[in-house]
Amino acid sequence: MERRAIWYLLGFLVVVLAFVVSTALKGFYITLGAFLTLSILSFLYKDNIFYKAAEHLFVGVSAAYWMTMGFWTVLIPNLIGKLHPPIVRPFVPAIADQPANYFYLIPAVLGIMLLWRLSPKGPWISRWSLAFIVGTTAGLNFIRYMASDLLGQINSSMVPLVVLENGSLDTLTSISNIVIFLGVFCGLIYFFFSKEHKGAFGVGSRIGIWILMITFGAGFGYTVMARISLLVGRFQFLLGDWLGLLG
Amino acid sequence: MPNGTPQTFMDKVQALDRRVVFLFIALAVAIPLLFNVVFSEQVSPIVGSIFERVDNLPEGSKVLLSFDYSPSTVPEIQPMVDATIRHAATKNLDIYIMALWPTGQNIADETIHRILEPEFPDYQYGEDYVNIGYKSGNQGLINVILTDLKKMYTTDVRGTAIDSIPMMASIRNLRNFDMILAFGGGFPGVKEWVLFAGDPGNVPVAGGVTAVSAPLLYPYYPSQLLGLMGGIKGAAEYEAELMRRYPRFETATTPGLDMMGPQAVAHIVIMLFIVIGNVAYFATRKKQTTGRGA
Repeated sequence: MERRAIWYLLGFLVVVLAFVVSTALKGFYITLGAFLTLSILSFLYKDNIFYKAAEHLFVGVSAAYWMTMGFWTVLIPNLIGKLHPPIVRPFVPAIADQPANYFYLIPAVLGIMLLWRLSPKGPWISRWSLAFIVGTTAGLNFIRYMASDLLGQINSSMVPLVVLENGSLDTLTSISNIVIFLGVFCGLIYFFFSKEHKGAFGVGSRIGIWILMITFGAGFGYTVMARISLLVGRFQFLLGDWLGLLG
Repeated sequence: MPNGTPQTFMDKVQALDRRVVFLFIALAVAIPLLFNVVFSEQVSPIVGSIFERVDNLPEGSKVLLSFDYSPSTVPEIQPMVDATIRHAATKNLDIYIMALWPTGQNIADETIHRILEPEFPDYQYGEDYVNIGYKSGNQGLINVILTDLKKMYTTDVRGTAIDSIPMMASIRNLRNFDMILAFGGGFPGVKEWVLFAGDPGNVPVAGGVTAVSAPLLYPYYPSQLLGLMGGIKGAAEYEAELMRRYPRFETATTPGLDMMGPQAVAHIVIMLFIVIGNVAYFATRKKQTTGRGA
């Protein structure tokens, strides 16, 4: 047990020493960034205290950042500045002389009702604000998704299977359109469960599932590319900005 | 594996510690970076259509750039932003910057300090470009500014009244823009711009997104989405085309192109591991089946 404690102490001293040397050479912010990056990457080996510390720091900083931005960019200019403009003069003098708009009392009251959830008495009051948010968002999304996602996509799928350009066949576009048509048609057959998937219908269904699998594969390939990009970004920082090894 | 049976190479491959895979991926990324492995890129039609649109806009056209991402996706998104902002400034377009994500506002400021101010010293804040910053509301915000931008935006990020900014005088709502370029990788992002601005407002929308989001957005191209830069590949294509058409950018930083070398090598390593893993799986399964049969 004592030997393990000595190893931990030595390890801690090495980390502190490396941090001090790096700070002297590269500055505090780059060193801190490198230290936090390595702390997060250390999870790939196994869970440890450095990973946990970096993770907690990230959660705390993110929450504080979003809250601060919400306060200064929304609450101050768009709520308090609308209800009583002179009060925001020290922070946003440009809007301090505008006339008050008392319609903003409605969102103010709804916001206070939402925060009522934190009160031990009458937390149900927050449900009214929540109902307003859910109702407006659902209504807004319903119309736009219906118009753009459903009707828009149906419209985009209605493509000519034989494309002629200047009187001659445009082979590539025609093949592309046939693939789109078959993909949509067979994909829809696969999700049609009121008829048994046998015979010609079953063939369509099997083509449909192949189309779906190819789509999932493409999606997974893109996901790999995204994750590798993030790794490359961190390596560029560690090898370039921190260690200065990249040209 | 029955006790006492000697482990074959395939058995060992099957039981390979995942940390060995991590190590190979790390090497596959680090070595091409250290040796500066760069591949050439050709612009694809879906990226080229954005480039052509920006390139063909008349001088003084109004372009809205929305920074809808956070530091976690900066390595993927920022190269596209840098390339398009350079292109737009070269063409003397009026650049309007906003954000649907709170983190986007500061990333936009950093981009202005790093790209616009040093590389385009003639570009004047308030006359050629402006950062009106972040507002909450997600798709609701887009829905409001589609008809009245100044209802939500009373000041820019510097606290200047929106009405006293010269280039805001001609802007009433989103329909006044010649093009919207949204950069993001989550919600709200490019999809919301298509649904709540592009389609109802008939404003051309193009985007740059993380590779994870790209497959979900391809169906909107070309009828509802002008073009799409998907992941670092899209960024590299745009950078390559910018360098090809504007030689003054041959010495500019090209993070997208720089990242494609390690990207390609890492993909090859991943594919090798997939092949080796499958071969090992089928080999050990065949052995187990044969063993049971005997």
